[in-house]
Amino acid sequence: MSADTPIAAPTGRFAALREFWYYFSVNRGAVLGLAVFVVLLLVAIFAPLLAPFPPEQQFREFIRMAPPWAGGTQSQFLLGTDEVGRDILSRLIHGARFSLFIGFFVVTAALFSGVTLGLVAGYFRGWVDALIMRIMDIILAFPSLLLALVLVAILGPGLFNAMLAIALVLQPHFARLTRAAVLSEKSREYVVSAKVAGAGHLRLMFITILPNCLGPLIVQATLSFSNAILEAAALGFLGMGAQPPTPEWGTMLARAREFITSAWWIVTMPGLAILITVLAINLVGDGLRDALDPKLKRS
Amino acid sequence: MNLMKTLLAATALAVVMSGSAYAKQLVYCSEASPAHFDPGPTTGGNDFDASSRTIYNRLVEFEHGGTAVMPALAESWEVSDDGLTYTFHLRAGVKFHTTPYFTPTRDLTADDVIYSFERQWKQDNPWYQYLEGLSWDYFQGMDMPKFLASMEKVDDLTVKLTLTEPNAPMIANLGMDFASIVSKEYADQLAASGNLADFANKPIGTGPFVFVDYQTDAVIRYQAFADYWAGKVAIDDLIFAITTDPAVRGQKLKAGECDIMSYPAPADIAGLQADSNLTVMEQEGLNIGYLAYNTTIAPMDNASVRKALTMAINKDAIIDAVYQGAGQNAKNLIPPTMWSYNDAIPADTYDPEAARKMLADAGVTNLTLDLWAMPVSRPYNPNAQRVAELVQADWAAVGVTANIVTYEWTEYRQRGKAPDRPGAFQIGWTGDNGDPDNFFATLFSCSAIGVSNYASWCNKDFEDAIQAAKTTSDQAERTALYTKAQEVFKAEEPAMTLAHSKVFMPMSKKVIGYTMDPLGIHRFDNVDVAE
Amino acid sequence: MFRFILHKLALIVPTVFGITIAAFAFIRLLPGDPIEAMVGQHGITPERYAILKEQFGYNLPIWEQYFNYIADLLRGDFGISLATKRPVIDEFLTLFPATVELSLFAMLLAVLLGILAGIFSAIKRGSWIDQMTMGVALAGYSMPIFWWGLLLIIFFSGYLGWTPVSGRIALSFFFPRVTGFMLIDSLVAGKPDAFVSAIRHLILPSVVLGTIPLAVIARQTRSAMLEVLGEDYVRTARAKGLEPRRVIGVHAFRNALIPVVTTIGLQVGLLMAGAILTETIFSWPGIGKWMIDSISKRDYVSVQSGLLLIALIVMAVNLLVDILYAVINPRIRVQ
Repeated sequence: MSADTPIAAPTGRFAALREFWYYFSVNRGAVLGLAVFVVLLLVAIFAPLLAPFPPEQQFREFIRMAPPWAGGTQSQFLLGTDEVGRDILSRLIHGARFSLFIGFFVVTAALFSGVTLGLVAGYFRGWVDALIMRIMDIILAFPSLLLALVLVAILGPGLFNAMLAIALVLQPHFARLTRAAVLSEKSREYVVSAKVAGAGHLRLMFITILPNCLGPLIVQATLSFSNAILEAAALGFLGMGAQPPTPEWGTMLARAREFITSAWWIVTMPGLAILITVLAINLVGDGLRDALDPKLKRS
Repeated sequence: MNLMKTLLAATALAVVMSGSAYAKQLVYCSEASPAHFDPGPTTGGNDFDASSRTIYNRLVEFEHGGTAVMPALAESWEVSDDGLTYTFHLRAGVKFHTTPYFTPTRDLTADDVIYSFERQWKQDNPWYQYLEGLSWDYFQGMDMPKFLASMEKVDDLTVKLTLTEPNAPMIANLGMDFASIVSKEYADQLAASGNLADFANKPIGTGPFVFVDYQTDAVIRYQAFADYWAGKVAIDDLIFAITTDPAVRGQKLKAGECDIMSYPAPADIAGLQADSNLTVMEQEGLNIGYLAYNTTIAPMDNASVRKALTMAINKDAIIDAVYQGAGQNAKNLIPPTMWSYNDAIPADTYDPEAARKMLADAGVTNLTLDLWAMPVSRPYNPNAQRVAELVQADWAAVGVTANIVTYEWTEYRQRGKAPDRPGAFQIGWTGDNGDPDNFFATLFSCSAIGVSNYASWCNKDFEDAIQAAKTTSDQAERTALYTKAQEVFKAEEPAMTLAHSKVFMPMSKKVIGYTMDPLGIHRFDNVDVAE
Repeated sequence: MFRFILHKLALIVPTVFGITIAAFAFIRLLPGDPIEAMVGQHGITPERYAILKEQFGYNLPIWEQYFNYIADLLRGDFGISLATKRPVIDEFLTLFPATVELSLFAMLLAVLLGILAGIFSAIKRGSWIDQMTMGVALAGYSMPIFWWGLLLIIFFSGYLGWTPVSGRIALSFFFPRVTGFMLIDSLVAGKPDAFVSAIRHLILPSVVLGTIPLAVIARQTRSAMLEVLGEDYVRTARAKGLEPRRVIGVHAFRNALIPVVTTIGLQVGLLMAGAILTETIFSWPGIGKWMIDSISKRDYVSVQSGLLLIALIVMAVNLLVDILYAVINPRIRVQ
């Protein structure tokens, strides 16, 4: 992959993309994951059109109705109804919006701040580098869920605060990755020549160096995406994330715990939704890793 | 040094435990951790189960399964003709518990009784503020500072209590948990060593069970008190397995991990009843679940806004969904089984259209308010979170936005009782003594504001009626006054009365002799376990 | 080696400093006044407030407060829990062994099964067994473990009745606490049936807590094995006609172990996060559940010190792993 000569760029990029897709599509799991993810994305975008009912509408006469394929009598509730008579399918469909939004928001925030910090640290070195990386070390010293919980305790429970907390917890990974990539790229010929040509700091950092560190960042972003969904669900489960009646999957699970023996579908469905989503994204992540940088270790 | 201490403590425990190889054990799956073990300042049924009914006694106590007052630490008492002087004769030879942390040198005396009340009463008593942020809610809520004139020691076994004015429910009040008798000798010893907080964490009482160990939020262990004044109880070890989730409690009971449990999830009751190893006892509860509006904050200071909010709520649907057949729509504050129940009061109507109009007439638009939901199941409300979600939807239908607010249970009550707490607060009550005064005065008297009057409601007509009812012992007159009070209550709607619930108590078939208490308390001093 | 350890220790100093600042800042960052946040909003007079403010040192300049905080920590004073009024360090030390016991078991499970599955997959590379194992591993890696725990409880405790629902040991057992490890204490007390009960209580929580590390280790082992199997010396060993089992066992596995060990080390922090959820679901009386309970009770002194202690422990374990890694793999020391 070389992007240093403008003339070669269009064909180069196209070729790179084709090469990428070649490697990516070898991995059948990754393609399947991508397909599921695209479906989820469409479901989230068109949630109000797809969902049979509004997510907060309570059917008081059909509380805790089992799914029709499991002994329920109401065929309009495909996955049954929950503890106050809301259609579970509709809530899951709307919940997809929250989960994907959480993923996008967290990754964008973490990516932006992490990459910026990593670039600055790797580019300038010296005390700036030391300071930034020590702060990242400190954040990483705390177990992520615990730090997120404490941050939410400070900020107050709620979805937005939970997302902020998770973004903060995830961004050191981006910072470290970017810094390492910058360090290895900095001494390369093309950077040195750009510098000699008189490119400014910002141009050097963002235009010259950054595009060449993209591979590992994309893989990390995918992993963070699924991590963010899991952590937000965990916070919701612990009562510190989204607040009811928000149809966030983890929050739905927390409320349903008391039915683990008497109405299993209320507990099973949201968890399954989380698992499928996270699994699909991780499959894509694996595929990306293999395609973008076959040398990257699995972990 | 630390290791040495651990080893010594371990040896001491081993000695204590060694006798219990074939001990009869009762494991009770309880619903919440006690705040601590001092029954004076605590207010929750879970607090009392863990302290006053196991570790402590009172001068008088309620019979098992009823509200009749029986002699306890006071063998007998006399009331003067003017109703102002009470003379209590204490039982002789009542022993306090001996534990690794305290060895009593004397039996119960009048000093202990007087100390037990003065610490809650006299602000200059060094124990009045012995824990940070302490308040004696029941003592205040029962208007004790107003009614008590003096308490004197006549001799070691005689206490004379003088009132400022006659108070009909006084003897019943003294049977309540806050009036538990604690050890002055122990308090003095702690004061000398400076470890005042130990009084609440390492309790010493005269009761049927001796406190052994508490693992925060997990297990409380008690041992039968061999020298109990009423004779050693049948079981040897009593264990509270604190399990906040009702479904998990049910599963633990089914799996034999506990012998008896409180407050099953309504959804689980059928399954528990079907289990051939279990018995499920049930009883109409002497309770009320309600939603208290803060009547001092606009627009809820307007009675018609409160009426409209209540009218917007579909109570029957909530009771079906949450109580699942174990609840009865409540139109009054007191349950129908209690004397002076005013059956002439019409039931609340559900009429969202009218509610919307009433709100508009009162000039209320875009109302947003906090809707509080307790985090634990209570006898009067098995799932407040769910009630909140249902009320939220009902209110949304009339254009009122509710934000559901919740905190850990102890914290929840702490915050809820603040006079300036915003919004509508879910709470409830299980009677302490069978007297209507215990509902009306405790929950809605002016002096209970900031204590247990979660509506911060002080209404002159209501207050006059309940205060007059307090000072007379003529039942007919009291009934008339309480009937009136209920009318005022309904007209003013300081709270939406939601439901009176049936209480269930599932237990293993090997538990013998358990009696359900109408006051919602769990007592194990009369229980035995079949081998 | 000594210089390597010294270098690592020097790197850790600023992090420790930062962790103490973070813990110190925590209470001061809470909304509202720190004293109010600590004692609740009620039942405190202005005089009492002033006394408390002085007692906690909030009237001093901020750097002096921090200095005092560090001095307290060095004296082993981690504050008094607002909920139980006991020293936080006592509570922590009481509960910590429970978390260690659970984590060790979970790790044991993850390492044993993970390495086995990884090797197996690598040998049968490309077969349906490999694909299935890796599919399951990825599912495990993607698992919302709080939900997984609930499912296991429903099935194994509720439906089959094989394992206990929650807790650490049947409550009918009560014996002196010596080490805080149930498995050891039950044996010290001479109660084999208590030991069995403790094991039974450990099974489900260990499975739940071990799920993600198991998946990670299986995937890591597989790719490490594949890499090693492709290298010259293994091919040589094969070509020399060594028995396949010997090739895998002696040559390949030993060399594949190095990256796997690092992975195991990296799991410690994750394990702590998992312990919070696992302990909550199984009412396991460890520090994870304690932290959650403390947060919900607003026992901020406990939260503060818990945060600090957990971070320090995770850091210490990571340091230990780094050093161990250097012992196994001398190449790392050279840099």
